Amino acid sequence: MGWFSKLLVPDREKSKVPHGLWEKCPGCLRVIYKKDLEKNLWVCAQCGYHFKISAKDRINSLADPGTFKELYSEIGSLDPLEFTDSEKYCERYKKAREKSKMNDACITGTAMIGKNKTALAVMDFYFMGGSMGSALGEKITLMTEYATENKLPLIIVSTSGGARMQEGIFSLMQMAKTSAALARHSKAGLIYISILVDPTTGGVTASYSMLGDIIIAEPNALICFAGPRVIEQTIRQKLPEGFQRSEFLLKHGIIDMVVPRAEMHDKLEFILDFTNSGQRTVEKNGG
Amino acid sequence: MADNLQANLINLEEKLNEIDSQISKFKQISADEGIKLNDVVEILERKKLQLLDELDAWQKTLIARHKDRPLACDYINSVFTDFTPMCGDRHIMDDHAIISGMAYLQGRPVVVVAQEKGRTTEEKVLRNFGMPHPEGYRKALRVMKFAEKFNRPIITFIDTPGAYPGIEAEERGQALAIAENLREMSQISVPIIAVVIGEGGSGGALALSVADRILMLKYSIYSVISPEGCASILFRDAGKAPLAAAALKLTADDLYKFKIIDQIISEPSGGAHRDAKSAIDNVKTALITNLDELNGVDKIDLVNGRYKKFRDMGVFCSYDN
Repeated sequence: MGWFSKLLVPDREKSKVPHGLWEKCPGCLRVIYKKDLEKNLWVCAQCGYHFKISAKDRINSLADPGTFKELYSEIGSLDPLEFTDSEKYCERYKKAREKSKMNDACITGTAMIGKNKTALAVMDFYFMGGSMGSALGEKITLMTEYATENKLPLIIVSTSGGARMQEGIFSLMQMAKTSAALARHSKAGLIYISILVDPTTGGVTASYSMLGDIIIAEPNALICFAGPRVIEQTIRQKLPEGFQRSEFLLKHGIIDMVVPRAEMHDKLEFILDFTNSGQRTVEKNGG
Repeated sequence: MADNLQANLINLEEKLNEIDSQISKFKQISADEGIKLNDVVEILERKKLQLLDELDAWQKTLIARHKDRPLACDYINSVFTDFTPMCGDRHIMDDHAIISGMAYLQGRPVVVVAQEKGRTTEEKVLRNFGMPHPEGYRKALRVMKFAEKFNRPIITFIDTPGAYPGIEAEERGQALAIAENLREMSQISVPIIAVVIGEGGSGGALALSVADRILMLKYSIYSVISPEGCASILFRDAGKAPLAAAALKLTADDLYKFKIIDQIISEPSGGAHRDAKSAIDNVKTALITNLDELNGVDKIDLVNGRYKKFRDMGVFCSYDN
């Protein structure tokens, strides 16, 4: 897990509302009926706060209904370092698998977005903070290679606490491996859209998530290489308001656009149509 | 706390010095008095080797960061001739944490890109302790593309605590600069050799290390996170850095076993700082050998080989779902 995992306890865990009928919005502190939140893709209707969501929920919000076909779900990590801190890594990993019913921190496959068949990789922050180990790196690479071979556009949704330290150097090397695979995808003239959601940090930011032809962020997502705490400790001064948030990155020219969750599917469809067929199917305002 | 952790290495150095002085004393007696003391000297030499064999990951970390350890500048000055610097990223500034330029390695034209920590306080400040900003990585990439254009092999020297974690670095796209280097280096069509000479700190080191050959000096380290960083997060106590260093498996021996690196370059006993010249000579020999091996490899094979090298890194399994 990343260096700031303590800081970024998943919001739904933090709010501790019993049995999940109601949820407290960390943005405006209102208590919201959970059914309403679900209907609204886990975005607060009052203040626009974007709750973290699982990879499964994310796929449902992006792929056309019933079109997602999962690939490479069997791939999981091993423990080459036999790493132990307060707990053995293999134990910790086993628990994460059991709890999430996933084998690692992302789901990969293909889906339709409008007329466009697309390769899709979606990370899950609930699986060990979306940390990147060998399994995650392998799945992203396989999906990228699949897209290259089948001439498909690629969409990766990133959310990560950074490298999975328990896998040491193997974790670091996934940055090079995934980036090299993306180089080939790009050379083949195919589009890669990178979507960054709260939080995207560390080694994931410094590899595939920054390499999109188009980079889109959800509103107010923390997106950084070094986390705010690390920077504060290094420079010993308070960080400016909004530092390392989506809108900050947009202002500094690092990302293309900030898109709310409810508009993401249509935005993707527009971009895919534009680059694939060059024919609009999504109605744009003011067009 | 830092002092305690440091004392570890000072003890070792004292022991090594003591054995060394004993060895020279016995050799002197042997010469002066004409008596054979080979056995005694041999025992002492063995004792010294034993001490060095027992170096743990934390002691190696301290050696990798030793204040007198040869730095990139030292290698550049002694390994190459006619080093001619190339400066700047052409956008913002010249990042002094990275030195780059043209040089000759025993008559072979090469392009050098190196992370430099600086030795004196002034130099350290100028070099930002070897922690590059995005401009450093962009300068490095610009110079590597220059090398590709003129068909010159690239040699990189890795010695950094990591990419700089600061406000401006983030504003100007530190993550983006590193990511672009990873992607572009995977496609560069000239040989690339990376040598870890001290600290290989995480993404900041990797951004110059997507190479055909990765060499490491025996007492250098290469890790996804510093032992201190790992200790404070996973062990909740930065003082447990020695434990974290061991757990991270960051030594040259570990990484060679994992097949992450291609070669370990030997160091003088106790570390390169005890005999800089021989460390530098070893690096030079290793560079020439590896360069000769890569020379003439077809460009497509070279790039495909590099792809496969990194493609194969990772340890995972398939579960029955």
